[in-house]
Amino acid sequence: MATAPVTHHDAHGHGHHEESWFVHYFWSTDHKMIAKQYMFTGMAMALIGGFFAYCFRMQIAFPGIDVPGFGVVSPNEYNHLITNHGAIMIFWVAMPVLIAAFGNYLIPLMIGCDDMVFPKLNRLSYQIFLLSIVVLIASFFVPGGGFAGAWTMYPPLSAKPEYGLTPLGASLFVTAVALEFVAFLMGGINFVTTAMNSRAPGMRMYDIPMVVWMIVIASILFMASVGPLVAGAVMLLFDQNLGTAFFNPDKGGDPVLWQHLFWFFGHPEVYVVLLPTVGIVAEIITVFARKKLFAYRTVLYTAFGTGVLSFMVWAHHQFIAGIDPRMANIFTITTLLISIPIAEMMFVYIATLYGGAITLTTPMLWALSFIATFLVGGVTGIFLGASGADIYLHDTYFVLAHFHYTFFPIAIIGTFAGLSYWFPKMFGRMMNETLGKIHFWGTIIPFNCIFIPLFVLGAAGEHRRIFDYTNFSELARPELRQLDQFATISLLVMLGFQVLFLFNLFYSLFWGPKAEKNPWKANTLEWTADSPPPHGNWPELPRVYRGPYEYSVPGRDQDYWPQNAQN
Amino acid sequence: MIEILGLPAASTFADDIDRVFTIIFVAVGFWFLLAEGVFFWLIFRFKKKDGVKAQYITGELKSEKRWITVPHNIILLFDIVIVVAAVQVWYDVKQDLPEEPDKQVVRVIAQQWAWTFVHPGPDGKLDTPDDIAKVNEMHVQADRLHHFQLESKDVIHSFSVPVFRLKQDVIPGRVITGWFTPTKTGTYDIQCTEICGVGHALMPAKIVIQTAAEHAEWVAKNSSVAVASAALR
Repeated sequence: MATAPVTHHDAHGHGHHEESWFVHYFWSTDHKMIAKQYMFTGMAMALIGGFFAYCFRMQIAFPGIDVPGFGVVSPNEYNHLITNHGAIMIFWVAMPVLIAAFGNYLIPLMIGCDDMVFPKLNRLSYQIFLLSIVVLIASFFVPGGGFAGAWTMYPPLSAKPEYGLTPLGASLFVTAVALEFVAFLMGGINFVTTAMNSRAPGMRMYDIPMVVWMIVIASILFMASVGPLVAGAVMLLFDQNLGTAFFNPDKGGDPVLWQHLFWFFGHPEVYVVLLPTVGIVAEIITVFARKKLFAYRTVLYTAFGTGVLSFMVWAHHQFIAGIDPRMANIFTITTLLISIPIAEMMFVYIATLYGGAITLTTPMLWALSFIATFLVGGVTGIFLGASGADIYLHDTYFVLAHFHYTFFPIAIIGTFAGLSYWFPKMFGRMMNETLGKIHFWGTIIPFNCIFIPLFVLGAAGEHRRIFDYTNFSELARPELRQLDQFATISLLVMLGFQVLFLFNLFYSLFWGPKAEKNPWKANTLEWTADSPPPHGNWPELPRVYRGPYEYSVPGRDQDYWPQNAQN
Repeated sequence: MIEILGLPAASTFADDIDRVFTIIFVAVGFWFLLAEGVFFWLIFRFKKKDGVKAQYITGELKSEKRWITVPHNIILLFDIVIVVAAVQVWYDVKQDLPEEPDKQVVRVIAQQWAWTFVHPGPDGKLDTPDDIAKVNEMHVQADRLHHFQLESKDVIHSFSVPVFRLKQDVIPGRVITGWFTPTKTGTYDIQCTEICGVGHALMPAKIVIQTAAEHAEWVAKNSSVAVASAALR
């Protein structure tokens, strides 16, 4: 399938004309530029999401405090902050960085082609994504304020302005989410098509690097699950603005219908963001342990298995939401079953370390910490998937701590791992290792200090989304309040260390030492291109002779064997 | 396990739910410690040493795959134990609705942002003039079966009594029935645990659990007031 990239190549007249500054940075169809746009936009949104977390955590730990940089948090502002923190971190940070940025950057480079098969669709995808951000941020400033009904948008609270008190904010929020989905549908179709059709000659299915497979599977999951939610979002917009009654019980609608539409997407979505990080981690641990990935096919099959199962577990979010109680039994079984492929994946990664020659570089530290922390998220999910225990734990801080122990490793650790690993390729310069390691420990230790106390709080009955616990005598106990304060102070420490990361990022971007083509001595194709790769990636597209993880092959002098090396 | 965190268990099924929690805690705690232990041991054991090349292991051989498939099967076994424990408790609490001749029915009405609890008067029946309606105060009797009927006037709320380990969302347009039997007397929190708007944090209510005699006294005192005010209307 080498013809498709070539035509595109010609259409661009690559190398024959100078692009203007604006076209280069804002109107480019180059997959690498679009990846960087997604990356930096996602990180900018992470700053907003992190700032929101800071504001509401300060209010929880020190109720009524004048939060520096924000002011006193009112109940409505509190609800607004938590709603948008969740939505931003999932839809505007995890998705763009993990799928769109890494997907765009890595797929063409790792499968050996010069660009995505639909470059203009790719550009449009980013532009619509940007539009969704404009709509979202606009919603914060409309009369009545931004939407404050939780990122799950349960009607009737989200459907009727007299309940939610945010007449415009709610509609704009739903619109922004729907636009974001449109953007990622375009991205997804590109990823799957490119990976399936534009591989370098010689690259068979089992020679595809794991991260590419994972992004492809994630894109398939996303595209298969998002339909019901886009439909639901339109129904919700109609309910809000046109007086329909899809979710309005007074006129024969049913509010629980929304929950099904939302979680039918919402649970596969967890795996949509999980899988790219799982792939990133596979690339990094094999390189820095100088090991072949243990049981490549098993990893691939477990990923597919997880994908299929992820469509059958959504109602575990709704055990106590008024669904037929008999249904909970089925969903308990499927939910516990999904623990098996995920556990298997983790075991495979741990087994990969066996017999390795491990160097603890910054990317390796991030990749290993993903395994260590994601295990916590995984095992605590069992408590919530078991219907009997969920009766008590549902909507407590236990749930919150659980999914932060999954999403933080996925979105934050995954991003840091991927960025520090591919930074030399993306920007042609090396990041500072010492600063990187200080930033690693300054992030990972406070992260655990934030969320371990929240497990305890949740098990003690503290529930989510309450702006002030002093009204509840069982929750206002001083020992629980102290745990909350400890978590908040840990958050401040963790946010403080991110300054170090930003410094390292921007300093290395301009003044870091120049990177060679293959600084980590890795096998995959992207390391055979220049750092950074030019438009078109290679002067001549590479050919592939073997799988991506042939490290430390016996009988060879070098401990790596690039995919494109003839022998 | 949950009682040591300072939250008493005050219903017949609270101990069962706590037991499921403990079973899972032990089961997943075992796997967690094992996995993390092996993980950290491997990192330290196989740190790069000069002149030592990494081993070439594909993981595709049956003898190698055993390291994955055996834990896989044991986890499946653990999962089955957890499912059985969880579903048993779930059946008792949510699927089954025990009936007793002297059961008490309380109507729970949620709205933005208050709870109204309608208790039967001395006749023991709801929807009679001697009903006792209380705002943010639920009165029940220890060691007696209670059915609750959840209704919402506006949005979704969630009726949560942490000391009972009980939680049930309240859906507008439906009446959801459930049950509990208190085992301890005292006054505890009722929380709304589903975000319901600006006043979500301002919806605390109390459940007052009394002995049969105390409760009867409370009913007698309050129902006369209820009847009188009904007559005035």
